[in-house]
Amino acid sequence: MHGNPELPPKTRGLTAIGGAMSLIAVLLIVQIWLLSAALESFLAGKRGSALPAAIFSGLMFLICFGLYLFVDRVDSDVRNSSSKR
Amino acid sequence: MNWLRRSSNEPLWREEFSVRTADERYVTRRQLTKFLVLTSFGMFVGNLWILFRSLFYKPPTYPKQTVATFGEIAVGGVKLFTYPTKDDHCILIRTAENEHVSYSQKCTHLSCAVYYSQQSNRLECPCHKGYFSVTDGSVLQGPPSRPLPRIVLEKRDGELVAVDVRVS
Repeated sequence: MHGNPELPPKTRGLTAIGGAMSLIAVLLIVQIWLLSAALESFLAGKRGSALPAAIFSGLMFLICFGLYLFVDRVDSDVRNSSSKR
Repeated sequence: MNWLRRSSNEPLWREEFSVRTADERYVTRRQLTKFLVLTSFGMFVGNLWILFRSLFYKPPTYPKQTVATFGEIAVGGVKLFTYPTKDDHCILIRTAENEHVSYSQKCTHLSCAVYYSQQSNRLECPCHKGYFSVTDGSVLQGPPSRPLPRIVLEKRDGELVAVDVRVS
């Protein structure tokens, strides 16, 4: 893990996880909006927006999943470094 | 699939039920992240479901049903009926001498029953003050975002026959 070396690894890890979580939360809000907009447009009989909505939603899920893997890695790095000490 | 495996060598119970406060904070955050990502997956699945429904959408066929005889209701009057099934309540309005319009009675916001206000010549939803145009069913005011589904009427031998439902 890179970052401010003056901070203890746990604090740095928590900051990184907090940042990743905030980003996931923002993406999730966009996804919720996208789902409601796609549903509204589907119910109104406009079916053209379903494909772009699904693609963007999928992209956002992949980003969220990537961030989760990042959180998992940071978490295990901190765990390993604290267990070595 | 190596990235799906747990990276830590410690037993799962020790990770999830840590006795150290600092580690406990990690567990809560990690679990919340997991939950958020699962919710994100749920949103994606929802969008896929809409896409699936859009791709394999078949326009439904509606039966022909006599809803009123011509001149049965006075100008400005209404008649309630069900179409195409017994659960789909609709409203028929005679707007002029030779003009009838019909819409689904279900508000597109939260499905309250709309009624015709002759005074203001519009369809009104009493629940959240959603107003719809009598001319085309479009939203005039309020929380609904979609117009009322229109029942297509045909005049046949002095009778008004419902033949189709048009959404939007």
